[in-house]
Amino acid sequence: MSLPPFEQVVATYGSAVLRVCRARAGAHEAEDAWSETFLAALRAYPRLRPDSDLRAWLLTIAHRKSIDSARASGRAHPGGTAAPEACQADNGPPGPEPELWEAVRRLPPRQRDAVAYHYLADLPYAQVAALVGTTEAAARRAAADGIASLRSGLGREVLA
Amino acid sequence: MSTPAEFLATLVGGPGDAAVAERLHQRLAAAASGEGLLDLAYRELSTPIGPLLLVASPVGLVRVAFARQGHDDELTRLASLVSPRMLHAPRLLDGTARQLDEYFEGRRQRFELALDLRLARGFRRQVVELLAGVGYGTTVTYTSLAAASGHPRAVRAVGTACATNPLPVVLPCHRVLRSDGSLGGYAGGQEAKAALLDLEAGRGAPPAPQGAGMVRAERPRSPRQAGNGRP
Repeated sequence: MSLPPFEQVVATYGSAVLRVCRARAGAHEAEDAWSETFLAALRAYPRLRPDSDLRAWLLTIAHRKSIDSARASGRAHPGGTAAPEACQADNGPPGPEPELWEAVRRLPPRQRDAVAYHYLADLPYAQVAALVGTTEAAARRAAADGIASLRSGLGREVLA
Repeated sequence: MSTPAEFLATLVGGPGDAAVAERLHQRLAAAASGEGLLDLAYRELSTPIGPLLLVASPVGLVRVAFARQGHDDELTRLASLVSPRMLHAPRLLDGTARQLDEYFEGRRQRFELALDLRLARGFRRQVVELLAGVGYGTTVTYTSLAAASGHPRAVRAVGTACATNPLPVVLPCHRVLRSDGSLGGYAGGQEAKAALLDLEAGRGAPPAPQGAGMVRAERPRSPRQAGNGRP
């Protein structure tokens, strides 16, 4: 058994990784994060064991990239707040997106990551837990809390 | 109440996603190539003899495959044989595609392409390198090619080398016929071999405006007679 062409990896998992990136950042930053993730994956790919779980592998790379870039933007903005969406103008405006994306990005990071990895990228809870460093039960609870919060948040906006 | 997956459905597969995916893919291919991380780039090209798979390494064109050889299987094979760092990157093969288009339109008789012959080894490589010297519109036989290789009795091995030519069309194994004048085999099928010979003989294809000084050999038999094998 050998590794499939990397093209197949991009074709199969590209959209799941993009959804995870978009759960954390606006459209342009998300596309940058996606590109960095797949470039890093391509770099490491020939050393990957052929029986590896490609989805978990890619999401691990994406997760580490997001931690790195959060640290970098924390340094760049000493207040520690995330950088405002600075690069909106460089590639034309992103298309309109569901408000739900914005709501996902406003969730507490643990809930947001659990929702993104499990529901937007189809990663089983056991692997979500391994990725974010928690227990399976905690990951499951964080995702449930995230969904509940999204539902009630959207409900409020509709009523308001 | 909807399930969480239903609730989040608007985030999965929105209308602009295909365009975004395409843009990201192109960006990845360009960045990978720029950073020397792309070992194999590929694209398909439609031609009068069916879609051709074109695969290039940073050294040059490394593989041309016919549809009947199974493009997906071929890519899988190359991933393990050469490198799995492989992307669909048509732009990186634009120049190759243009030259092949010109050839199939009868406007090009020589390819000016960097070639990567790593898929042909030993005697087979020696034979496919000899193919480069068999000019447009001319033909040789497996026997004469064996003689030219310095191994006049290795006719069968020459046949195998032609059959496993990694760069058909570009390295013209279609110009090698059997001594009795019949077509012999072809990885792209005998019809494709006949069509290429017809094209180069100016039959059933637009006339070639360039290279008027070249001598064209008439193919001794029509494709319909081919393969019957003269006793």
